[in-house]
Amino acid sequence: MSKIQFGTWVEIEQIILKPEERAPTLPEDTKQTPFLLNVSGFLQTESEVGQIVTIRTIIGRELTGTLKTVLPSYNHSFGTVVPELLTIGTEAEQ
Amino acid sequence: MNRDMSYAAVTARKNEIMKASLGIDFDEYITSPIAFEYERMMDQTGYSHTEIARIQAETKVGNTPLFELHNLTAAVRKIAGPGKGARIFLKDESANASGSFKARRASISAFEAMKKGYKGMIAATSGNYGAAVASQAAQRGLKCIIVQEVFDSRGVGQPEIIEKSRACEAYGAEVLRLSVGPELFYMLLRTLEETGFFNASLYTPFGIRGVETLGIEIAEQIRARCGKDPDAVVITHAGGGNLTGTARGLLAAGANNTRVVACSVDLGGLHMASDRDFNRKSFTTGHTGFGVPFATWPDRVDVPRNAARSLRYMDEYQLVTQGEVFYVTEMLTKLEGLERGPAGNTSLTAAMTLARQMDRDQIVVVQETEYTGAGKHHNRQLSFARENGIEVRRGDPTESVPGKSIIIPERLDQVRGKVQDMDRLRRSYLKNAAKALPVEQWSENDYAFLAADIKKNVDWVKENLVS
Repeated sequence: MSKIQFGTWVEIEQIILKPEERAPTLPEDTKQTPFLLNVSGFLQTESEVGQIVTIRTIIGRELTGTLKTVLPSYNHSFGTVVPELLTIGTEAEQ
Repeated sequence: MNRDMSYAAVTARKNEIMKASLGIDFDEYITSPIAFEYERMMDQTGYSHTEIARIQAETKVGNTPLFELHNLTAAVRKIAGPGKGARIFLKDESANASGSFKARRASISAFEAMKKGYKGMIAATSGNYGAAVASQAAQRGLKCIIVQEVFDSRGVGQPEIIEKSRACEAYGAEVLRLSVGPELFYMLLRTLEETGFFNASLYTPFGIRGVETLGIEIAEQIRARCGKDPDAVVITHAGGGNLTGTARGLLAAGANNTRVVACSVDLGGLHMASDRDFNRKSFTTGHTGFGVPFATWPDRVDVPRNAARSLRYMDEYQLVTQGEVFYVTEMLTKLEGLERGPAGNTSLTAAMTLARQMDRDQIVVVQETEYTGAGKHHNRQLSFARENGIEVRRGDPTESVPGKSIIIPERLDQVRGKVQDMDRLRRSYLKNAAKALPVEQWSENDYAFLAADIKKNVDWVKENLVS
């Protein structure tokens, strides 16, 4: 696997609470999952995806976790067309 | 120093963490496990309305436009009875920096944090408030951390919340993105302790006082335009701060006869802390999953006593379905030429049903809008619902089941909403108060506080105590 360069914008993951460490009053489905944190920052050591790394966040805090994503980006969208909406408020519907 | 960072230990340090991160000693106002000196706490924020407006103007908050929605009013009049169909106005809060009324709520906290010398501020929120805090912090030269509940155990994020993560990062904040669960609060406490930053909680007096200018502006703008006070102001209700702040502002402006109407999307039956239900909701806020519990027990928040106390000010509470809101959102876009996000459109939906019952010379105000865009657009909310196995179709919205189906009305006359029984909510509040302190131990002071907190008198409280 290729090394990710120092200073690259990456996302790490931390297990904040294991299932058995979680809050006492949780619904059954949630109780069985770990409580996870994802956060982005600049990689502080050359390393590979899956390794434990330190990042420096945009406000300068150093945080440690498993390197998950290189150059994390947003790709949320307007979604696929919902035909049910198209005619609302138009002549076609009067 | 090696502190115990377990869930139980950090949660147990809540009071000391809060005191250090807020600069408010709540013990000074608390008089019993139920009661506290609410008005004195609000007064002692130390800001007049003039000062609040000045601070807000410095950071591009407030003085938003008020639009009359002529075409939606005409559409309502077509289906209303003779003489019915009130004028509908809309306060375009999307014009605030960061695109929602939440900028008002963040602005005074940011000013206070700067004034008191904090290096940064933190808020736990998955809503517009995150972007608002980030935007205000950026303008005041403060660092910012936003703690968000974003994704389920499959790693799938709610599109609307992903957009909010993006907005927070765009304004320069560090965003702690968490999986589903109420331990968001634990993470907030941990981060406050680690950083020593200011706690920009949604529920402090600073947050609520910042919203008061919204109520004042509505009263002043409607008076200038129509020569009278608004008959009703409809407010999307979740945690209660929007309603509390706006209503206090209306009262401060002397609009004492304006009906304060809460409105939430009905998500009855879905569990708010459920990993599975998380992505079966098409609304991330402004819904009953927050609106009802926060109305019936405000002190369930990240500060010792909540400055947002909605039943103190609420006259009515309307529920609408997800499908009705999507229908009205599309009408606002096509008929009024305004593309806006879901929060304000929830109250617009209720305003349309109210306008239909009100007289033509009456005035109903939709008190906010929010920005829209990728992820938080209603088309994305619906396509995401479909991807998660929710049935989406046109038809009678009363047949919809939250988490299973979204039924978009076929005609405007199917947008009807539903009225919540306010007295049932008030009794539920009293029941919760009895859990905090057994009724036998309530003092006269407690009774007086509870009566004021549900907008009733002491006799009503005594008559409505159900064991």
